[in-house]
Formats: sequence, structure tokens, C-alpha cells
Amino acid sequence: MTLRSKFTGAVSGIALSCVAVAAQAETLFWSTQAKPVEEAQAMREQVLSGFADGVDYQPNDGGPWITRLNAELQAGSGSIGVLGALHGDYSAMDPATLVDLSDLGAMSSSDTFNNLAKLGTDQMQYIPWMQASYIMAANKEALQYLPEGADIDALSYDQLIAWAANVQEATGEAKFGFPAGPDGLKHRFFQGYLYPSYTNGVVRTFASDEAVVAWEKFAELWSHTNPASTNFSFMQEQLLSGDAWIVFDHTSRLAGAFNERPDDFVAFPAPAGPSGRGFMPVLAGVAIPSTAPDMDAAKALVSYMLKPETQIATLRATSFFPVVDVELPDDLPPSVQAAGAAVAKMSGAADANPGLLPAGLGDKGGDFNRVFVDTFERIILGGQDIRMVLDDQKGTLAGIMEETGAPCWAPDAPSDGACPVE
Amino acid sequence: MLLNARILPYVLILPVTLFLCLFFIYPFVLVSQQAFGSSEGGWSLDNFREVVDYWKFPISLKNTLLLAAAVVPIQLALALLMATMVSKMEKGRDMVLYIWTIPLGISDLAAGIIWLAIFEQSGFLNSMLNGMGVIDKPVNFLTYQNPWIVFVAIALAEIWRATAIMLVILVAGIGLIPKEYYEAADVFGASKWKQFTRITFPMLRPSLQTALVLRVILAFEIFAVVAALGGTLFPVLMGETYAYQFDLLNSGAAAAMALIILAISIGFTLIILRILRVPKGASI
Repeated sequence: MTLRSKFTGAVSGIALSCVAVAAQAETLFWSTQAKPVEEAQAMREQVLSGFADGVDYQPNDGGPWITRLNAELQAGSGSIGVLGALHGDYSAMDPATLVDLSDLGAMSSSDTFNNLAKLGTDQMQYIPWMQASYIMAANKEALQYLPEGADIDALSYDQLIAWAANVQEATGEAKFGFPAGPDGLKHRFFQGYLYPSYTNGVVRTFASDEAVVAWEKFAELWSHTNPASTNFSFMQEQLLSGDAWIVFDHTSRLAGAFNERPDDFVAFPAPAGPSGRGFMPVLAGVAIPSTAPDMDAAKALVSYMLKPETQIATLRATSFFPVVDVELPDDLPPSVQAAGAAVAKMSGAADANPGLLPAGLGDKGGDFNRVFVDTFERIILGGQDIRMVLDDQKGTLAGIMEETGAPCWAPDAPSDGACPVE
Repeated sequence: MLLNARILPYVLILPVTLFLCLFFIYPFVLVSQQAFGSSEGGWSLDNFREVVDYWKFPISLKNTLLLAAAVVPIQLALALLMATMVSKMEKGRDMVLYIWTIPLGISDLAAGIIWLAIFEQSGFLNSMLNGMGVIDKPVNFLTYQNPWIVFVAIALAEIWRATAIMLVILVAGIGLIPKEYYEAADVFGASKWKQFTRITFPMLRPSLQTALVLRVILAFEIFAVVAALGGTLFPVLMGETYAYQFDLLNSGAAAAMALIILAISIGFTLIILRILRVPKGASI
């Protein structure tokens, strides 16, 4: 009896220490990015395998991601070493829970990104990791219906509407596709594309007369939009199935279509409105929670992610572009080549009018997005009067801005205090 | 060691009680604290006011109730029919029962996705209609223009998925009814329908209670099937709760929604228990 219990004790002791060693050796990379199985696997095999101390890469949905992180932070100890998430995920967090990375030595070559990464403090709360944007893509069969005189690389919203109308007339089906599904990124289209293009603002101009025009134009575009769009979340699926011919989405949500049938699709810049070609850059970053078990390993991993070779490997794995200056190789996947060219044309256009990611909203980012999603659902799906809806939603928006005190971001004109809704 | 016969029952239910306290009562207290808490500390109804005032709340409440009202009676009728059929079978009874309960083993999200594969634009229903020459190009069924089709699709998926849970309870209940009642009914020449309404149905009350309570509570918690088929077109209470917790990171409002759903569930449970109550002393 005693001998056996001694033996069991010894075995469980050894087992426990093995687990402890394994847990110590690998840094847990807790990420909301590169979630699809193929991308996660590519991250592990092609990007992180080069890191000497070993990494346990675990991507997850935003909800579980923040829930576990908060649990560890509240407990005061945790196993997460490094965080990978979007700018918006970090801005919803308390800056005190993230380790100051100012003296790490590695940072993005873009000052705009580095400033965003400070989250309104004077320290680097996260290190910019990779970037992407939203672009347009089309099935090549749709190109023959482009309105006369239209340049696909310099479309206006009116031309886009005419194009979608031509396609509908010719095929008998509405083939513009819009990611209005539950997981679709529709709010970013309104915040970073429609509003900047028509009103040269997002918050100040939310309920302006120009905004009414913008929504009228969008309703016109919607009349040529596949009505099943309210179930679309990743437009690569509808491009491949043929349910949509002309689509708007995040570059990484279009990558599948370009990689599978590179010769069938084209990528092109977002259209322009009266106040320029609005577009929104997307920024992901890496950060270290204050509860990281091995701070040195975590910092080493963050630096590793910013190395030029790692950045190019990340680009191949995730279709997210580097944030540091690197020479891009020629043999990149088709999705990266197509998206890269479209983003370059968009940001390099003479009328480019970048609409930055919402900043300073703290944990109200979701509420801010909901204002735009609700406006869309009421005006476009519910058929309510545009002026009435905008005046109604304006109150909610103003409440969020006053509560968070977030100052205006581009293209809104700067404000002294909280960004006002005019 | 012998335990006092008076203490023994309490000792035996102790593990379950502890389990419930730890994993139900304790989280419930925490959720209530969140729901009735406010950002300034202290107690308030702010969270409830916020969720009830939101423009989608009446719509999602109406949708949830409407769906339960449409789905549960159909499921009840189907489950009764299937249960009586199964219990009359001589051979292959278990086989049929297993096949009928397969949908129960499928997660509700998977069930939603299966039905989405049927109804979507490039789905099975469209290919079938197209193949039969009824339509010449695929039709969009699940769109904001056809809210009724979305509703019917969700109801169908729910009926397909969750009728079996009532079925198994009712089959067990029917098995408990003594044969003597039916023999006596035969002697007096009662028709099969009369036997069903006068013997099977009343004797099934306890099982019906359980089945209905379980099913109605689950109907108010419907979420994944709606998310898969209706997307944002068909807001329901549970979907709004999820949105508060994970999209808006507003745990207080999510907790308030959860308590509202709990209150509705308790209300309906009491109603069902009252309607189908078994008179004291009357049991099988």
C-alpha cells in the first residue's frame, strides 16, 4: 500500500514537473488574428518556427480572447505571454494592463501607426505588427459592363452604381456584394469609405446634409446589391460561388478567392465621392499583458515579429502587409500581389482621403460601430426616413463621444475636447 | 461505518447540491450583481433601462415569443404522434428511435448550417427546383425582403432539430402507462382516438410537463440556429445578449438581458406546471 502510494506520488510528481517545464518553455501567443485553420498553421510552421524558444500560437475569436485575458489580469497571474490583436481590441483595454514597450527598440516605420499604438498615452502600449485595408474586387466577367469612360482604378461612386446597374440589367441578377452579415465588416465601409468620401468626416458630419446624400447614394447602390448580402461575411465565398461579381471587403477576407482562381478576379481601389477617395487602413499589433509569465521571452518574441524576414513570412501566411520597410519578394501569393497593388493605388491616388481607425473610444468601440450598423439597418433594411434616422442616431453617437471624451480623428477636423457631432 | 438513516439522504444529495451551488447559484449571484450594478457603484436599474429602451428590444422579444409560439405546439403534436407510433411498434422500435433522435446529437449551430445549405442561393433547394425546371435561375430565399421565409426556415430547422428531446421523454412516459387501462378500454369498445384522449394523454401529464418545460425554456434560449439562418435579419433575445457581451463588451447589459430571459422562462414554466398539474394523490 505504502509502496504503491509512493510510486503514484513519484509518477504524478514527474508528470507535473514535465507539464510545468513545457508550459515554461513555450511562450503563449494569444491572438485574434490569423484565425482560419490554414492561416494559424502557416503562422506556426512558417512564421513562428524560426523563434528559438518556441511559441504556442493560439488564435481565437474576439469574445473568448478578451474573456481569458481579463480573467488572467483580474487574477493577477497568467500564462499568456504575447497578445496579437487589432488596434480596436487594444483601445478597448485599460492601458495599465499592457506593458510599456517604448524602449524595445523595434517599431513600425510609420509614425501614424506608432502614434496610434500609444492609445492616447505617451508610451507604446503595443507594437504595430501588420497592416491591411479594405478594397474592391470583381469577377472579370463583370468588366465588360463597366460604364463607358470609367477607369476601374479611379472609379467614382456614381460609376460604381452605374456598373452594378449594368450588370443587373445584363444578367437579371443583382450582383454587387456587400458584407452585411453578422460577422461582416460593414461598419468599416461606412466609417472609412462612405462617410469620408461624401462628408469629409465621420463624427462631426454624421447627420449633415452631405450624409443624407451619402445614404441616398448607398441606397441606390443597395438596389443593385444581392439581397442575400445580409448573410455575407467573407466576400471571397460569394466571389467564388458567383453569387456576387463586384464586392467590397477586407483584403484578408478576399484572399481565398485570389489564391484559388487568380485569373478570374481583379482587385481595385475603393470608389471616390465628392470629398475624395475615402479608405481605411487596418492595423494589428502585438503587446504584452502585465501578467506575462516570462517577460524576457515575450519581449524577444515581439522583437522577432518585427524582423523583416518575419514580416514577409507573416505576409505570406496571413495576407497582412509589413509595417516596417522591407523589400517585397516577387514570388508572393496571388492574393498578396493583387491586394498590394490595389492598396498602393488607393493610398497613392491624388484624391485619397484616409479615414483613420476610431481612436480614444476605449471600450465603447463596439457601441460606436453599432451606431453605424443600426443606421444601416434602419435606413436600408427598414426603409425608414434618412433624415429622421440620422437625427435619432446622432444622440447616441454624441453620448458615446461625450462619455469617452475622444477627440476627432482624420478626416474630421481636430477638436479641443470630445469630438462634437454637428 | 453505518450512517444514520436520517442523515443518509442528505449525505447522498450533498455532492449534487454542492455542484449546483458552485456552478449555478454562485454564478447566478454574480450575474445578478452585474445586472443590478451600475458604473458608479451601488444598485440601479440602469442596465435594464438600457437594454429595454434599445430599439431592437421589442423586435427581438416579439421574434423570440413568436418563434416559441409557432415551434413548440408543432413539436408537441409531432412528438406525441411519433411517440405513440414508436410505442405501437413490435419490431425495430429501438432502431427507429435512434434514427429519429439523431438530430438531437447535432449541435444547434451545425443544424443551422445544414438548413442554410438547403435554403441559400446556391443551396440544395435551389438546385432541386432548378433541376425540376420550376425556376430557371436560383432564388434568394433568406433575404430581408422575405422575412416570412426566414421565419419559416428557422422554425423548420428548430422543429427538425429539437422535436426529438420531447420524443424521448414522451416515449418513456408512454412506456410507464399500464396495459390494463387499454385492455379495459378495448373491453368497453373505446375507439383508438378515444383511448388516446382518455388514457394516453391524461396519463402522460407528468412527462408532458417535463417535456414542455424543457422545450419552452430551450425555445427562449434559441440562438445558433437563428444566427446561422437569419443573420441579423431576425434578432432574438439571446442574440442581443451575445452582442452586448462580446460586441459591445457590456457585461452589465448582457447580464440584464440574461435575467430578463430567465424571468420569462420562469414565468412560462410556472404556467405550464399550473396547466398540466397532476392532482395530489393521483399518480400512475
